[in-house]
Amino acid sequence: MRTVAVIGGSLAGLAAARALREHGFDGRVVVIGAEERLPYDRPPLSKEFLAGAIDVDDLALTTDADAELDLEWGLGDPAARLDPRERRVVLASGREVAADGVVLATGARARPFPGARLDGVHTLRTVENAIRLRRDLQPGRRLVVIGAGFIGAEVASTAHGAGVEVTVVESDPLPLARVLGAEVGGVCSALHEDNGVRLVTGVPVSGLGGDGRVREVRLADGRALSAEVVVAGIGALPNVEWLAGSGVDHDHRGVWTDSAGATNLPQVVAAGDCTFSHCPFAGTELRQEHWTNALQQPAAAVATLLGREPAARRAAPYFWSDQFGARLQFAGHRLPDDEVEVLDGDPGDRRFVAGYRRDGELVAVFAMNQPKLFGKWRRQVVPGRATALTASS
Amino acid sequence: MILVGRPEDIPLGEAVRLEAGIAAEVPIAVFNVDGEFLAIDDTCTHQDASLADGWLEGCTVECPLHAACFDLRTGMPSGPPAKKPVRTHEVLVVEGLVYVRVVEEAPVETAA
Repeated sequence: MRTVAVIGGSLAGLAAARALREHGFDGRVVVIGAEERLPYDRPPLSKEFLAGAIDVDDLALTTDADAELDLEWGLGDPAARLDPRERRVVLASGREVAADGVVLATGARARPFPGARLDGVHTLRTVENAIRLRRDLQPGRRLVVIGAGFIGAEVASTAHGAGVEVTVVESDPLPLARVLGAEVGGVCSALHEDNGVRLVTGVPVSGLGGDGRVREVRLADGRALSAEVVVAGIGALPNVEWLAGSGVDHDHRGVWTDSAGATNLPQVVAAGDCTFSHCPFAGTELRQEHWTNALQQPAAAVATLLGREPAARRAAPYFWSDQFGARLQFAGHRLPDDEVEVLDGDPGDRRFVAGYRRDGELVAVFAMNQPKLFGKWRRQVVPGRATALTASS
Repeated sequence: MILVGRPEDIPLGEAVRLEAGIAAEVPIAVFNVDGEFLAIDDTCTHQDASLADGWLEGCTVECPLHAACFDLRTGMPSGPPAKKPVRTHEVLVVEGLVYVRVVEEAPVETAA
């Protein structure tokens, strides 16, 4: 293999490029990125960066050491077509990149609110999105956040801190219940009203009103919420449409891979937010749109591409969120019927650890403002029996 | 030198945090590694998290937020996501009490 094209210039793409060199691959490594920028860290975009506490330079993921990796960057020109038979990637500009091996790391994009063509309506995924939103979050303005997920809650928290009047609208009656269960989700969503952010649940948004600029958010029950700024935090879509006709198996959930990043084509592997991968811990296929997965999954995918034995990866999926001064952490794989119990502390104090059990086994843990205890408990989490990879004898 | 406490105040495998303004302008974490006391800047160089809350394994502490690991003797990160080292500080045990002497200089930027 002489040339590897890494398609995606964010955390997973950079991790893949580094892993190629760590494995001693000494051919060309071409990294193709849709954005003009070198890889940067996205989690602060809804928090410190949106608050103006840090700037673009603080987000950089590359270090001086990366200069020694001898990577060829192709930025601002997204991949448009993959042609595995001809061993090439065609970019939006028409430029062709010949490559014997390809790492798909195109990530995901924010799901847009349908029909949102008004000024003042935002999604948040890129630095440019965050800069635009930051400009719009003027003290005294009214912001409606559509979706009380983690991004929505973080934006609400940051905007409230900037003196913006914030309302969060969530179509589910219980925000975060699908991810964390009703009990823990309830404690998290209570953070909104604890902190002076209005939370409207159980009613979908039916549309946006305005003339040029957004003026109101209309709810399905007939109410309308006045707003000068709207942020839709309604999920992300994997960037896979460009793979149509490539022969790489994928669907709306992402690029299908095994636990080591292998796709159905031998010269193509995939990692990060664009994948729908077998997760050994969960015992099932998942799209893990989490930072830690984008950092760690590429190493296995690159080993697979180079024909090396990928290191076994059975770590529990992990994510965190900082909102309203609270640090939330979750590790494991929760199913709807798992039983939840408080392992330490008191949810009323907003400082506790909760565990999720399946057949008596601890399959996931959640912590609010307890990072040290979380570190202890996350090491106790085991893959659930019901979804264990291999039946025990 | 700033008094940290008695050795038994810092149990094996644990750490205490000296809040900002006590020993230095920034918080300092003092760890007990198999009876040896080691001190570093408490805040992870990657993102805001307290390393005193981290997981101690040998002479390495793992950040509780993103699992960046730092060597307590050198302050060097062992890999992503941290890029910069934390400062290390001298710890002395004098007449049965643990003290920390905070280095004044800024941490060395890592080139490797």
